[in-house]
Amino acid sequence: MQAILKIEGLSKHFQLHDQNKLIPSCANVDMAVYSGALSALVGPTGAGKSSVLKCVYRTYLPSAGRMLFRDAAGHVTDLAQASEYRMLELRQSEIGFVTQFLHCLPRKSALDVVAAPLVARGDILENAQEKARELLRLLNVPERLWAVPPATFSGGEKQRVNLARGLIARPRLLLLDEPTASLDPATTDRVVDLLKVIKAEGVAMLAIFHHPELVRRLADRVVELAPPVAVTDLLENCAS
Amino acid sequence: MKKILEVRGLSKIHGQGCAHCYESTGPEMDTNLCPHCGSVVAAHGVSFELHAGEILGIMGESGSGKSTVVKTLFFDDAPSAGEAVFFDGEQQRSLFALNAAEQRWLRNHRFGMVYQNPHLGLNFNVSAGGNIAERLLMSDLTHYGQIRERASMLLARTEVLPERMDESPKQFSGGMQQRVQIAKALATQPPLLFLDEVTTGLDLSVQARILDLILEIQQELRTAMIVVTHDLGVIRLLAGRTLVMKYGRVIESGLTDQILEDPQHAYTQRLVASAL
Repeated sequence: MQAILKIEGLSKHFQLHDQNKLIPSCANVDMAVYSGALSALVGPTGAGKSSVLKCVYRTYLPSAGRMLFRDAAGHVTDLAQASEYRMLELRQSEIGFVTQFLHCLPRKSALDVVAAPLVARGDILENAQEKARELLRLLNVPERLWAVPPATFSGGEKQRVNLARGLIARPRLLLLDEPTASLDPATTDRVVDLLKVIKAEGVAMLAIFHHPELVRRLADRVVELAPPVAVTDLLENCAS
Repeated sequence: MKKILEVRGLSKIHGQGCAHCYESTGPEMDTNLCPHCGSVVAAHGVSFELHAGEILGIMGESGSGKSTVVKTLFFDDAPSAGEAVFFDGEQQRSLFALNAAEQRWLRNHRFGMVYQNPHLGLNFNVSAGGNIAERLLMSDLTHYGQIRERASMLLARTEVLPERMDESPKQFSGGMQQRVQIAKALATQPPLLFLDEVTTGLDLSVQARILDLILEIQQELRTAMIVVTHDLGVIRLLAGRTLVMKYGRVIESGLTDQILEDPQHAYTQRLVASAL
């Protein structure tokens, strides 16, 4: 079976010019993600789990390595080298990202926030909103909140809106960064069920979960990241 | 996606200029003032492209040259060097090679500009409706009833009460003046819109509603926009891609979330770190 995403030797460090410092994050990550399967990233805090996801989405520029993504047409793009326009295109049609926090346009109703990815893709507003309603219902977001901007929602409610927005466009590759971090057990179960359905439909997932139990319930593959390299080692490696 | 604009090597020198202007200025030299001839290098070697329906942010502090870029593209100012090609349907127009009449035609029919200072974008001696009518007249709509109807529709769209269309913009609040400017810019449904610090100096709540309006317009009309601002919040909200400028040079460009979360250049890191 061909991987939808193959990560080879991915490293990320941050160079802070003013402090003249190199901050290491993930280092030499090798892994693959397959359609219809979930790969979980595990490892200690600071091992760079979130950095891997952000590099794939190109919110971070990788410092080294390749990230080979196979698109719907079968073309392979190295996300580390892809142009900005190519990344925007892939974000719109193939790669979705659900983070712990909801970053969305202020003053938009929860319903419109969830529908936005479909509208951006050119879908008719009414159809997009209908799908958004379906997902919000499925994720147990009370109907009285749908017309309200999520800014005032509780952490759990925000997270569900965030999930609904990430899932609505059915990306082929879904990046999940602790998508259930502030949910109660009942809602977590709903999310797990929903992710299983989406997985069965063929979506590939690369995920970070806080709870080992969720890894057990959802992951088909587990990749363990090593603790971060000490700064001095990194400097030596860079010098050599 | 279709390319709508391509800018290559755009430069602008205020002053007579000399052979050392470019090498003696820029971020490394920490100045945009040429020490040899005293000219100001407002922009140098600025290159980028813009696709249909896209919002591009240009970010930088005062004097970085960000406004100079849009002013030359809107023909408010002539560049010292460089090229800009506007892709208009099947036609390609090399902007700086056009004669004055052709440039005026593009300004009136294909481009729109919203200035930070409403006095630059509006004629305060005629009514709000009259301002829009001026632009409609230049774009060949001549029937009085039609012009009035369209002006009133545009004002309603930008949330200015059409009942006030016969008042002078002088009597409007700053936020309303910006709305009239936006209505005027949109009158001809241009595929390309320049926005130069349009929310600077407005109350936060007024800013928010103007930004909402800009996003709605972009979604409805798929207008391509270049948004010039020093405000990281505006960039985050509006722009998919961003250029960072300092002393007339583009020092960094990329996807907006990457520029804000993983800035590469020391200057951008400082800008992002100092944001509220």
